[in-house]
Amino acid sequence: MNTKVLVAPSPHVHSGDSIQKNMYGVVFAMLPALVFSFVYFGMGAIIVTLTAVASCYLFEFLISKYLLKKVPTITDGSALITGILLAFNVPANLPIWIILIGALVAIGIGKMTFGGLGNNVFNPALVGRVFLLISFPVQMTSWPKPLGFDTAYFDAQTGATPLALIKEGLKKGEPLSQLMHDVPGNMDLLMGNMGGSMGEVAGIALLLGLAYMLFKKIITWHIPVAVLGTVAVFSGILHMSNPEAYAGPLFHILTGGLLLGAIFMATDYVTSPMSNKGMIIYGIGIGLLTVIIRVFGAYPEGVSFAILIMNAFVPLINVYVKPKRFGEKRK
Amino acid sequence: MLKTFSLGGIHPAENKLSASSAIQVLPIPETVSIPISQHIGAPATPVVKKNDEVKVGQLIAKSSGFVSANIHSSVSGTVFKVDDIMDASGFRRTSIIIKVDGDEWMETIDRSEDLVKEISAGKEEIIKKIAEAGIVGLGGATFPAHVKLSVPPGKTAEVLIINAVECEPYLTSDHRVMLEKGDEVLVGTQILMKALGVDRAIVGIENNKPDAIAHLTKLAGNYKGIEICPLKTQYPQGGEKQLISATIKREIPSGALPIEVGAVVQNVGTALAVYEAVQKNKPLFERVATITGKSLKNPSNWKFRIGTPVKDLIDAAGGLPEDTGKIVGGGPMMGKALTTVDVPLTKGSSGLLLLPREEAVRKESKPCIRCGKCVSVCPMGLEPFLLMVLADKKAYERLESDAVMDCIECGSCSFTCPANRPLLDYIRLGKGKVGQIMRSRK
Ligand code: SF4
Ligand code: SF4
Repeated sequence: MNTKVLVAPSPHVHSGDSIQKNMYGVVFAMLPALVFSFVYFGMGAIIVTLTAVASCYLFEFLISKYLLKKVPTITDGSALITGILLAFNVPANLPIWIILIGALVAIGIGKMTFGGLGNNVFNPALVGRVFLLISFPVQMTSWPKPLGFDTAYFDAQTGATPLALIKEGLKKGEPLSQLMHDVPGNMDLLMGNMGGSMGEVAGIALLLGLAYMLFKKIITWHIPVAVLGTVAVFSGILHMSNPEAYAGPLFHILTGGLLLGAIFMATDYVTSPMSNKGMIIYGIGIGLLTVIIRVFGAYPEGVSFAILIMNAFVPLINVYVKPKRFGEKRK
Repeated sequence: MLKTFSLGGIHPAENKLSASSAIQVLPIPETVSIPISQHIGAPATPVVKKNDEVKVGQLIAKSSGFVSANIHSSVSGTVFKVDDIMDASGFRRTSIIIKVDGDEWMETIDRSEDLVKEISAGKEEIIKKIAEAGIVGLGGATFPAHVKLSVPPGKTAEVLIINAVECEPYLTSDHRVMLEKGDEVLVGTQILMKALGVDRAIVGIENNKPDAIAHLTKLAGNYKGIEICPLKTQYPQGGEKQLISATIKREIPSGALPIEVGAVVQNVGTALAVYEAVQKNKPLFERVATITGKSLKNPSNWKFRIGTPVKDLIDAAGGLPEDTGKIVGGGPMMGKALTTVDVPLTKGSSGLLLLPREEAVRKESKPCIRCGKCVSVCPMGLEPFLLMVLADKKAYERLESDAVMDCIECGSCSFTCPANRPLLDYIRLGKGKVGQIMRSRK
């Protein structure tokens, strides 16, 4: 025989799927939301995104090369995702030096201390975000108004998010039906015409991203549906029990970072459970915690905290929630 | 909604390049080399010696236990020697080498092409004839067919399931058999039903073979109790457990056999062999195989005499392509890579796949990104990423409790993993070890 043939065990073919394909697939799914944020917040959004992405790449490169002394694997696309997600999670007028700190915490503490991609317990972008929220509460909660592309970066007009408006109002004892006049209507909320973090406002763009990721089989429906379904049911029950004290399901779903969290952050491969059953339990946990923090907690928004808390339970979920085995008696 | 199995599954590129190529007859070679172990179970015992004259269909090695199978000569000629030769996996195995002279068949074999529909043999006689003919599962498992037909005491068979799924990409031999030998397959099915004492049979066919489904559905009207069941094209639809789950919605418990849920599964090629053995007195000494590959000149299907060199099949299809990187015996998902083409085709040879080098080379394995895709595609509901880690750490107790023995080695996990992790390689090692530990406990 003239050729040397390879001998290896089956299977002899591969799907052609790769880490890069999935990571860049997620990035592609984030593009609509990115475009919306540029349109709404103008220069600010562009500066914040570029800074976040560039610094995430840089920190990952430096840390893996000089601290961990490994060959940096920044081409896998995960630093790009962390950068964009970090940008999505901050106001579009956040000073550059604060973004740098956020990126350092996200990549340094959130990802590399655990050993890099695949080993981290918490979603890196959220670690960065929550660190900034606690350290720089003022800068992190002055939301520029979505005025369009000519919004100035440094002296943008700022306003509160709908969630904060409602929370403040309710504290003062104003009835919800009254407060609802001050927040944008559902259509405006869906299109993103409200104050908030850069990437969270345009619900429609986020949903488009979800559809793409489902179509490309990058993620499955389990986590987003479990999170959103739980929020809808739980806030719906509260709303029905007292419509003047609790906002309805649609308001909860369309405001704040819920869609962004449910679609792009709770679904992070590394920090979410492996089995479908586990994913549903994890999603329900996030949904419940989000509503509890929003309604009863000190912060108007609770998605980030809810996801980070459930991230911590993922190792436990993976050990105790096994997939349904073939041939197992159905209960 | 088309029927399919209950958990997981993938859809690899089908690549059924040879589907429209009618079965051709491969010329008889100058010598054949027939291994005495072409089945699961004990190797057969040779009953011929050097210089013996043999005819086509003559017994040359005798079944040596309950789980074993007879071996017959596929040619007429003189026994040249009985010796150890290299088999496809590179092991030395005893084979009977026969120098061919003419093509003289045993007189007992009915060589006419007439369809014999009337089944005169009784239950016992059928099972005896199948055992005598040395029939084994022709889907690739090569489990002796008569053993599956002997229902253990205390169990009853309710339904016969004919595996005509052919879910492996590239392979088309079952497809062609259904199109060209439809009636024979259905009579074979009725014989198997009689042997089992069941009045219902289901033929499961993936819906990527609409012509076979249409053809058999038309013919099945003439046979009592046979249903043709189109199935979704989804791998591993032809796994025994998956096929039962798809056709009769019952899941075999871990570690149990199909008879536990009242089912017996036989391959469609086996049904044809059963027809020939019972109605025509013809032992299993030839079968159909696919020779295929993207660079191959002529992907096609051939009826060959057992013991014919693999090389002859490749030459018949236009010769080994320059860019061949891997020669796979069987399909791309579960087939075995051959070390050389100087090995014989056997009862288990359902196909030969020549993969171009760039497809054959595995990509570099990366760290697990915990995407969970291996879990969601596993048809057995296992956690391949975890089993790999446990096998690597030699944590055999945990491997056992995480059901490693349930793995059917379908390869869906390794196929899917975006990090190119060799999941099944490790799982196989773990399975081997855990199997040993379990046996030593008994
Ligand atoms: S090879 Fe085993 S572990 Fe992998 S998908 Fe198939 S049954 Fe599951
Ligand atoms: S498919 Fe591969 S990367 Fe994904 S969880 Fe399984 S082993 Fe890890």
